[in-house]
Amino acid sequence: MTETLLEVRNLRVAFHNEDGMLRAVDGVSFGVARGEIVGLVGESGAGKTLTAEAIMRLIRCPPGRISGEVLYRGRDLLALDEAELADIRGKDIAMIFQNPISSLNPVFRVGAQLLEAMTLHLPARRRTLRDRVREIFTHVGIPSAERRAQDYPHQFSGGMCQRAMIGMGIACTPSLLIADEPTTALDVTIQAQILALIRQLAAELGMAVLLVSHDLGIISQMCSRVLVMYAGQIVEEAPMATIFHAPAHPYTRGLMACIPDIEQVPARLGTIAGVMPGLRDLPSGCRFHPRCPIAEPHCAVAEPALRALDVTHRVACHLARRE
Amino acid sequence: MGFFILRRIGQTLVVLAIASIIVFTLMRLIPGDPIQIIMGSEYSKEAEAELRRQLGLDRPIVVQYLVWVGNVVRGEFGYSYLNHERVSVLLWQAFLPTVCLVIGTTIVGLLLALPSGIIAAVKKDTVWDYGSMGFAITAYSMPSFWKGIILIWIFGVYLGWFPIMGYVHPWVNLSESLWKLTLPSLTLGTFFSGLVARITRSSLLEVLDQDYIKAARARGVRHTMLVAKHALRNALIPVVTVIGLQFGTLLGGAVLTETVFTIPGLGRLTVAAILNREYQIVQGAVLLGVVFVVGVNLLVDLAYGFLHPKIRVQ
Amino acid sequence: MEPARGVRTVDGDVLPVEAVGVARHNAQTPAYARLWRRFCRNKGAVFGLVVFLAIVFMALFADLISPYNPLIQNYARPMEGPSVDHWLGTDSFGRDMLSRIIHGARIALVVGILAVLLAMLIGVTLGLISGYYGGLTDTIIMRVMDGLFAFPILILAIALMAVMGFGVRNVIIAVAIVSIAPFARVTRGDVLAVREEPYIEAARLAGISNRAIIWRHVLPNVLAPIIVQGALRVSAAIITESGLSFLGLGPPPPTPVWGSMIAEGRNFIVMAPHISTYPGIALMITVVGLNLFGDGLRDVLDPKLKS
Repeated sequence: MTETLLEVRNLRVAFHNEDGMLRAVDGVSFGVARGEIVGLVGESGAGKTLTAEAIMRLIRCPPGRISGEVLYRGRDLLALDEAELADIRGKDIAMIFQNPISSLNPVFRVGAQLLEAMTLHLPARRRTLRDRVREIFTHVGIPSAERRAQDYPHQFSGGMCQRAMIGMGIACTPSLLIADEPTTALDVTIQAQILALIRQLAAELGMAVLLVSHDLGIISQMCSRVLVMYAGQIVEEAPMATIFHAPAHPYTRGLMACIPDIEQVPARLGTIAGVMPGLRDLPSGCRFHPRCPIAEPHCAVAEPALRALDVTHRVACHLARRE
Repeated sequence: MGFFILRRIGQTLVVLAIASIIVFTLMRLIPGDPIQIIMGSEYSKEAEAELRRQLGLDRPIVVQYLVWVGNVVRGEFGYSYLNHERVSVLLWQAFLPTVCLVIGTTIVGLLLALPSGIIAAVKKDTVWDYGSMGFAITAYSMPSFWKGIILIWIFGVYLGWFPIMGYVHPWVNLSESLWKLTLPSLTLGTFFSGLVARITRSSLLEVLDQDYIKAARARGVRHTMLVAKHALRNALIPVVTVIGLQFGTLLGGAVLTETVFTIPGLGRLTVAAILNREYQIVQGAVLLGVVFVVGVNLLVDLAYGFLHPKIRVQ
Repeated sequence: MEPARGVRTVDGDVLPVEAVGVARHNAQTPAYARLWRRFCRNKGAVFGLVVFLAIVFMALFADLISPYNPLIQNYARPMEGPSVDHWLGTDSFGRDMLSRIIHGARIALVVGILAVLLAMLIGVTLGLISGYYGGLTDTIIMRVMDGLFAFPILILAIALMAVMGFGVRNVIIAVAIVSIAPFARVTRGDVLAVREEPYIEAARLAGISNRAIIWRHVLPNVLAPIIVQGALRVSAAIITESGLSFLGLGPPPPTPVWGSMIAEGRNFIVMAPHISTYPGIALMITVVGLNLFGDGLRDVLDPKLKS
């Protein structure tokens, strides 16, 4: 049985606001096993990025408040103090972000930033680590590594910045890499390269990846298991094939129906009627029910819990059945 | 980078040119005939014409301007009949005390402002923040001349810790010079620090919100180093710029401080000259003040270019 | 779904009303209530507003609320500290300090507001022209502004007064001239940004004249930072004016002006510190209040713009 690396239990992220308390992530539970690539998919505003950032506790609290449990190898990350957290960040769990150019400090050389990432956690000598910088740059596909390490971020292209960020992420061989929309800000051609790089590194290092994205195409290329988020909650969790071919939740079904078939180009593109509710106007009961094609009166009353359809498939819907 | 330097120097020269035109125009607008002022009430037509020719006042205005600029560049500012001294000498004598005051002010100001701004940002919305910023707002809202008077009263007269007037060149007697400069520097320095503290705080807050700080935190950088190394370097860049921009205001405050503490600097010279209708002195002093401000701004801009890699490494 | 009301362009296209700046401006009106609420949350800003209103009140009703005539001298009781008769004491001529301070508010406010209004008028116009038309006009105007900006404020004001002579009217003009540059700069900066917005383009395509565009579409949308700058400039103007009065360049005695009152009291700082202290406190409270008010305005108006 593959070891469970990360277990998230009932994670809640709330914010104090002039209008009150808003729950952006409301009771999210899932696990990531060693070496597997898990996708966290959802629309903008569903809470995926906040979930990822909450795991690393990168959210400013106050005004935020994180509750629940995030167990990494059995230790609750939410209970650790800053020093212990700083130890784990970068070394055991690493994260790369959506906008690679702005994720690099503009006044320091890129090589120096990678060097710092390593000196923080690795006990090796500086000279050894300096060589390592060059190796890593080459490994992630940055040409002329020696010269490039002396450059500043504004001299790097978007794709190269992301490669550098990935390099910094894997420098201390973490067991888990959280990738928050790593390719959203990049060109399509570069996207493919970056994704291939992540896949390659994950395999080489036996690293698990939590891939957060709104792009179903990327998720389908990379992930073995998918979590679908809607309005701050997980509504379905299943292996990739099941999600794409036999989704159980009406929202997931709607998402799949929106994907146009390249063989039979449709006259009109499919949509899901309506808009995902804002945090202030959450519907009663099931959050999806106003947009749901099969909603019943009961759906407006009771919130459906995430229940198991079978061993690998969980759904949060009153009406979902095994296909 | 080289191109950037050239461009900035070019801009500075243009600004100086325009400023000199403004100064020249202002002085020419002053009512009253300069000939009369110099010669008094009794003079003959011939003597008047002669003096007019001597002073170059009979030539077209543009020529007068160019002649003036030419003289200024050579260091020739005219002659003060009241003081029986060349204006350039008077300006030079007055320039040094003002410079010392400004240096003292900057030191005091930065020593106060930077730590309080940083603390206010790091401990945002706490007592430290409100206290720091409250102090900062009060500090720069207080008119400097009044603050000077109050400081004189408390520290000079009541407590007797510091002298309340006068000035000594630092190279003549360092300790006495510093002692005499303390109250004036404190007066103006607290004013300066008020401005800088607020900018430091807001700049640091903005930087702390940036993606690269979040990314660095995700790599395991601890809080202290995050602020001290990653954030500060970025945050101080706009602070430097603002210091340059506020330098003009600082010089204005220096005028009043010099008056209050009886420091024989440019400010006092200017005010006295205006009251005595010694317009050549005013012309020279104002121009010198402008050169000072513009020069500092240029240095600040160059420093900015140097600090910011985007400009330094093209 | 009924078609949205539109603006017909020269080419016959119909642009939705939202694309035209005026409609956008109107849509913002209901938000004012929200802004007011947010403003009130900032205690400092509310304090500032209260101070400002108090000063205005003092200035308007100075004659009614002053216990004494500020100009009447009383050689029998000079330099007295606070007492029942004279709450803030008397100055070296025996005049009541409280009355003089109340009347001083009048000059401070009049000078501050008039100077800033004048500066705003000229500066904003220059900024609008400079930012909107760009090109050579922009360069020339901005260079001249830079030239003005290079002068330390007080020194320029002093020099101007040397030319014009002393007195209230010239103080106002001098302070106004010195305050033009910040308005021009702030306006121009925002105009440059607004100029690129699609609704400006739409208005131009719809055939609206440049002047109308500037007046009806650009100006309302750059108004917010101008107002903030205005509030802050008034406090700067009051400080500058009091500095000029302190140096003796302002309204001549016996007019009660805070700056010159402080100067008068300077000679008696040991015997009667209150002569300098109280006007200074009044000045400080006024300036702090105005600054807090301006800051509060900025906090309320700017984030709205950013989003």
